[in-house]
Formats: sequence, C-alpha cells, structure tokens
Amino acid sequence: MSAPKETEQHGETRRDFMAILAGAFGAIGGAFAVWPMINSLNPAKDTLALSTIEVDLSQIQKGQSKTVMWQGKPVFIRHRTEEEITEAREVDVQSLTDKQSDEDRVQKPEWLVAVGVCTHLGCIPQGQKQTDNHGDYDGWFCPCHGSHYDTSGRIRKGPAPKNLAVPPYEFLNDTTIKIG
Amino acid sequence: MLVRNIFFAVVLAVAPVSSAFASGGDTPTPPSQSWQFEEGLFGMYGTYDKAALQRGYKIYREVCSSCHSMKRIYFRNLEALGYNENQIKAIAAEYTVEDGPNEEGDMFDRTAIPSDAFISPFANDNAAKFANGGALPPDLSLITKARANGSNYVYALLTGYEEAPHGADLAQGQHWNKYFAGHKLSMAPPLMDGQVTYEDGTPETLEQYSRDIVQFLTWAADPHMEARKKAGFRVLVFLILFAGIMYAVKKRTWADLH
Amino acid sequence: MGSGPREEFDNPVVEWIDSRMPIFTMLQKEYGVFPTPKNFNWFWNFGAIAMFMLMTMIVTGIFLAMHYTANTELAFDSVERITRDVNGGWLLRNIHMNGASFFFIAVYIHIFRGMYYGSYKRPRELLWILGVVIFLLMMATAFIGYVLPWGQMSLWGATVITNLFSAIPFVGEDIRTLLWGGFAVDNPTLTRFFALHYLLPFVIFAVVFLHVWALHVTGSNNPLGIDVKGPQDTLPFNPYYTMKDIFGLILFIIVYAFFVFYAPDSLGHPDNYTPANPLVTPPHIVPEWYFLPFYAILRAITFNFNIYMLAGVALLAVFMVEFIWRHSPKYLGKSAGIALLVIGGALALFGLLAGFNQHWTIPFTDMPIPLTSAETSPISAKLGGVLAMFGSIGLLVILPWLDNHPIRSARFRPLFRIFVIVFTFSVFVLGYAGSQPADRVYWSTCIGDAQACEVLAHGAGHGAAAHHEADAGAEPLVLKFDNTMLAQAFTGVYFLFFLIILPLLSRFEKGRELPTSIHEAVLAKKQKAGA
Repeated sequence: MSAPKETEQHGETRRDFMAILAGAFGAIGGAFAVWPMINSLNPAKDTLALSTIEVDLSQIQKGQSKTVMWQGKPVFIRHRTEEEITEAREVDVQSLTDKQSDEDRVQKPEWLVAVGVCTHLGCIPQGQKQTDNHGDYDGWFCPCHGSHYDTSGRIRKGPAPKNLAVPPYEFLNDTTIKIG
Repeated sequence: MLVRNIFFAVVLAVAPVSSAFASGGDTPTPPSQSWQFEEGLFGMYGTYDKAALQRGYKIYREVCSSCHSMKRIYFRNLEALGYNENQIKAIAAEYTVEDGPNEEGDMFDRTAIPSDAFISPFANDNAAKFANGGALPPDLSLITKARANGSNYVYALLTGYEEAPHGADLAQGQHWNKYFAGHKLSMAPPLMDGQVTYEDGTPETLEQYSRDIVQFLTWAADPHMEARKKAGFRVLVFLILFAGIMYAVKKRTWADLH
Repeated sequence: MGSGPREEFDNPVVEWIDSRMPIFTMLQKEYGVFPTPKNFNWFWNFGAIAMFMLMTMIVTGIFLAMHYTANTELAFDSVERITRDVNGGWLLRNIHMNGASFFFIAVYIHIFRGMYYGSYKRPRELLWILGVVIFLLMMATAFIGYVLPWGQMSLWGATVITNLFSAIPFVGEDIRTLLWGGFAVDNPTLTRFFALHYLLPFVIFAVVFLHVWALHVTGSNNPLGIDVKGPQDTLPFNPYYTMKDIFGLILFIIVYAFFVFYAPDSLGHPDNYTPANPLVTPPHIVPEWYFLPFYAILRAITFNFNIYMLAGVALLAVFMVEFIWRHSPKYLGKSAGIALLVIGGALALFGLLAGFNQHWTIPFTDMPIPLTSAETSPISAKLGGVLAMFGSIGLLVILPWLDNHPIRSARFRPLFRIFVIVFTFSVFVLGYAGSQPADRVYWSTCIGDAQACEVLAHGAGHGAAAHHEADAGAEPLVLKFDNTMLAQAFTGVYFLFFLIILPLLSRFEKGRELPTSIHEAVLAKKQKAGA
C-alpha cells in the first residue's frame, strides 16, 4: 500500500525540479534572446571605425583656434600664446573646482586640445573666435548657464562641475595630431 | 553532402521561389562544388579558409577590380582575412580616395585609410557602362547572394567559357559561356592559368583561381557566416535540451489526469 | 473584465493593484483557470505560436527600425549596414525576415485547423472573421515590409501589386497615383510604406486582442467539434495547455532557428540582393512564397468576363442560393430551378467559348457575335484577376454561411473531409503554379503533318525548305498543358470548393453520429488504447 505513495512523492519532487529547471531555461533563453537587441544599440562597427581623426596644425596661427568634429562632437584646438600659457600655469591648482594642473592637460604647452562640450549640460561654449565672449578667465564662456573656462579649459566660475574633457590624442609629427 | 542536397531539394520543393529562374531554359544548373564554408551536415561546420580568402582578395585586386566595384566592403573588413592592423593600413595606403570639401571648399585626394570602402574603378554606373561597351559590371559585394546558388554559379561562370557553337550569333565583345543565361556574356574570360602569382605555392590554374575568388566573394557577401553558424549550434543545443525538459514537464502535468 | 466579486490575493502588491484594477483576477480567469476542452490535439498549438511570432516580429522590427533609413538612396545600404556593421544586426535581420515566413506558416496551419474542424461555425463566426481580418492585415504588412530593403524584388513586386489597383474601373489610375505619391514606385512610396509597416503590426495586435476576446466569450472549439457540456469536459488552461503550448512552441522555434542560422536566405529571392533599379525588371517576378497561391489565382484569369458569362453565373448563383443554400426553396418552383440551371449553365459556357473564339459569327450571317469582345466585356481580364484574387480571400469571410452544415468537425463528415483535403492540395498546387513562369509548358503534343510540327517546335529558322512545305500542308493541331492552364484548373477547384461543394455538402451530407460528450469520447479512446 505504501508503494504508490512513495512513487507519488518521488514524482512530486521530480516535477518540482523539472519545473524549476524549465523556468531557469526559459529565463536564460529569454535573457540571451534580449541581449542581441540591446547590444544592437551600441555603436556599430562603422561608427567605431570613424572614431579617430587626424588634424593638420600647421595652418593654425598663434592665438587662433580651430574646431574639428570627433565622434560627433566639436574638439577645440587652440594654439596658445605665451600669456595664455603663463596665465594657465600661475593659478593655484588647489583653488580650482576640478583640481588639475595645466601640465596635466596638455602634451605641448602651446597646444590645448579639449572637447568643446560644456560639462554642465552639454552646450557648446563660446570663445573659439576672436570676437566671441571669452568669459572672465580669457578662455571660453558657456552661454547656456554661464560657465567660465580658463585658457586651459578648466572650469573657474559657474555651474559646470568639471573641466573641459581632454580627448586621447597623440602627435604624429610636429604639425599633425591624431585624436582618438 | 548527400543529406544536404536532399535537404535543399526539399527546401526548393517547399519554397519554389528560390529555385533558379535566373538561368534560362537551356542553361545547365551549375554543378555543386565542395566548399570549406559549406562543410558538415547542412553546412553547419563551414568555416572560411583564410589563406584562400587572401588569395581570392589578391585576384580581386589584380584582376576583377579593374572593372568591378565592391562598394560595401571596407579595408577594415580585411581583418577577417587574417591581416593585422598595420597590414591593413598599408593596403589601404596604396589607394587614393577623394575627400572633401576642405576649408576652401575644394575636393582633394588623400591616401585611403582602413575606414574607407574599397575604391570603385569607375566614378558611377554610367562611366562603368561607357567603358565596358554598354554592359555594367555588377558590384561584387553581394554577388554570391544575388545569384541563385551563388558560389557554385560564380565558379561555374568563371570556368564555363567555351567555344561558341556553330551558328551562334555572337556580337562584337560577346563571349560564349555555358552557364550564363542566354550564353552571351559581355565579360571576356577574366582568368587564365598563371595570370596571378601565388607566393604560397598554390597551383596557379584557372580552377584554383576560381575557387579562391569564389571563397573571397562568398565571404564578402556573408562575412558573419562563421559567427552565425557557431551561434546557431549553441542555440539549437539549448533549444533541444529545453524541449526535452518541457516534454517531461508537459507529460508530468498531464499524467495527473485519470 | 468586470468589477464583479473578486478573490483576494496573498501577495500585498498584487492585491493592492488588483483591488484597484483587477488585472490579475482577469488573467487568472482568462488564462489561469479558463475552462478549455480537454481533447485538444497539436493543431491547437498554433494560435499561441502565431501570437509568439507576432511579438517576435514587433520586437525585432522595432530594433531594426532604429537602424533602417527609409530613403531610396539609402535603404539598401542601411539594410546592408545592419547585417554587416550593427552589433548582432545580421541576427536581428535573419530573425525578422525568416520570421515573416514562419508567422505565415503558423497562421496557415491555424487557418487549416479552423477549416478542418469547423471552428468558423456558429457561434464562432465573428471570431473567424476577425481572424480573416488579421490575415489580410498580415498580408498587407508582409508585402509592404518586403519593399523596405529596396532590392530589385522589392521595387518590382511593389510595382506589380500597386498596379493591380489600376484595374479598378474609373478611379483605378487615381488610386494608384495616390498610393505611389508620384508617377512610379519611388521615394514617397518607400517612405509611406515604412510608416505603414511600423503601424500595421500594432493594428494586428489590436485585432488579435479582439480575436482572443471573442474566443473567450464562446470558448474554444475542439477536434470533435461538439459543445462543451460541463466541467468534466474541460481542463483549466494553466498548467495543462500552458505547458503543452510552451513545448509545442519550442519545437516550432527549433525549426525556425534552423532557418535563421543555417539557411537564412533560402526563403527569399536572390534578386533582392541587387539594389532596386527602375530601368531593369528582373526576368521573373515572384512574390514571397506565402503569396504564391493568390498570385497564381491572379495570373490564372487571362480571359475577359463578357456579359453572357456574368448573366449565366448570376442565374446559377440564384439557383444555388434558392435551392441548395436555403434547403427548401422559398420563392421558386421546381421547374424554375431547372430552367435557372440549364439557362445559366448554357449562357456561362457560351460566353466563355465565344470569348475565346472571337471569329465566331451569328449563324447564317457574317456578323460577329455582339458583346463578346474585350472592349464590351464589363470585367476585363486584368480586373477579373484582381477580383478573383481578392475574392479568394473574401470567400473566407463568408465561409460560415457557405458551409452551414450542423456538424463542425471533419471527423464526422467523411465527404467534407475528402474535399477539404482536396482543397488544401489545390492551394499547394496553386502555390507551385504561382512560382513558375506563366508560359512554362508541362506537356505538349503535336497532331498532324510531321514536318509542320517540326517547324512549330523549333521555329521557322529550322530549315527553310521544311518551312515552305509546311505552309502548303494542313495546319497541325498542338495540344499543350502550360502553367496558366494548371493555375486555371486549380483556381477552378478553389472556387468550386467554396461556392458549389460546400453548399451542396451542407445540404446533402449526412455525417456520422456524434459522441455524446467530450469526456466520454476521451474515456472511450483511453480504454481502447488500454485494451
């Protein structure tokens, strides 16, 4: 009489186990099915292939700036004057919002390369043209919410929390840099 | 092979759409070659032979590319052929590409970089037609997918030039090909023995050239084939296990009914 | 979805939501304990499978749409970019393009099941009609979707199908121009097709909701086709049919996955890997396989419908309605019936023959028979083809009234069973005919002078001497059976099935004795299997 009962109990556990296993398979399968769709939203291969650019610096005079597009964003390249370099280097780093020395931000003192996107909410700061508003620190001024950047692209006044980002770049020779 | 042929026979019967209409009434069906990319049951273990792809690319560069573009292939894609970054840069640098406009508003030539597409031999279709006696050499990026039974067809076409039968009315610039619909092909036989030099000692014959270029073109049309088949194997194993489990669950559930 | 009495849930979050909006109560009622006939066979899996395919298509479609560009200059390249450069893009595209085929496979099996087991009959007519609406919307969506990659078949398929609308009298050309948004299938067409291809699946989803709603009012049919008499005939949907549906679904996905990973292009056409070229038409235009039977019907109508044929068909229709469909004639007597049949049949046959033999004249005169020419036919071949194609689907809408036999399931209707299988076979043959060139000759023979036959077979170029002699001899008779005739024959079978066979069977087929209840039938089967 006890035999059928045992079988039934055995059956119970086996079914529970099977049900859990089936649930696990369903969940894993679902996750693997969803991943390609999510991943398709990441940058595609052609987008990634365009993630480096080369810029010729020979045409940029001292005191002038050039804006180039890199990864869909403007990059500011400024050929700095001696005064601008001195100005950037005399600041007490400890007094800054985002503590960074000018030496850490440039590879060659006369060339500043920075992503021209305000670190507050993503506007493009003014200051690339001679006639632009350069802000209180002779660098760039973001008209959206009044952030002032200095000649090293560092935040000095206003709501932005960080200095203008420095993209990865290298000098291929004296007059050419590769960004990215 | 046999199983695969039976399978495709069934598929063709079920889905007659895919049967080869492209070939005209008396055009023979291209014979099936054995390809490494179709190996295994249903081609499940097919992989590309990188050495063959490199040889095929060499043929494309030295022969086909004088008339045929491959607009959808980029130098960066050559990584799949086993070239490293510097080799790819060097290959790309052999070509110039028009870019611009520069700051003065002019177009200018620069050396190609890996993110550039293969350089087309002609500026546009009309230029291509004009240079080829009115016939447009098709772009080869997708050619093995754009023809029924593509890989075998291209192989058959390249090796299928024959003496025109008596009475055939060939116009100037036409060539008789056994496997081309209508047989009158504007492309002159593009390959012949010894035409392209192989550095790895592979025989320099028409058949070998044709095999290599077909493998290269098949890769170009279907670059993710290896990843696809690998993923497919995993997915099928997973699903079959899942089916087994669900069968047990379903059976258990229904066993309750008396 | 009522606000009736409700049981409380243990889970506080579920209970909080359910007491405000009884969605869990509804799910429990409609999918948890929903009483479902206990004798379903595997054919009943395909509704759930079709639902799964719809969701798969919508989800993969949304992600593909994020990378697709609906512009004739860019569409082909953007699709290639998806398969080459987008992460996992090749997989998404393979799932989507093969998904269309597998959605249709599931739905065709689902429709076959509905026909075979009489699921369209009272009280499920509206449920069935909603299903036909879903089918039509699916066809529209699939057709439009095939245009989006902008390959050669995309462009020329779209050209051929949109040109169908120009067959509509008086306003056809204007409708076609309206569809195109220009003077050919071009950029405006592609852009609107993309918008519609994104919209229609959600319309389908809404109609599926109605379809399921109607199903849950009447309850499911079952392989015996008899009504559920009480709780002993049913099982709660969960876990019995949820588990069975999931198992069946996985088997289906295995086949689907095989195509996605190992034969992704086998169901498509190579020409669609050539970018659209408005100056060159591919030699043979074929639609996707799931449209082939209807395409064959479209091409089968190569003749005009003249006034005699239409009059004859109208008389025959009156006869069918009055004497067959109505079971006992209401308005007409027996002799009127015979007259309708004879005159109607004779008129239709005469019209058909006269249409083919334009050289016929009124006896004893030289006058051609009036109103038989192409210009005087109210329905041209082109319009006729379009009407036949849409009519072949339209017949499904009125199927519940064409077949009003009281027994649902073919199991208990041996004659209906034979004819529904013949009908299914004819759909397959039509599919084959649709895939073949219209002028393909399957069989031919030449009766008469051997040399003249030789000339006919190989063209006049084959020996000028033979040619001259043949001219002198009698015209040989060539008998042949080509693809158009094949399509015509089976188009005839298709329409006969609906319009003649089904009403006749409804009237005269006796049918087998039905089991008293599902429960007893299941028990009897079990005992038989046990013994």
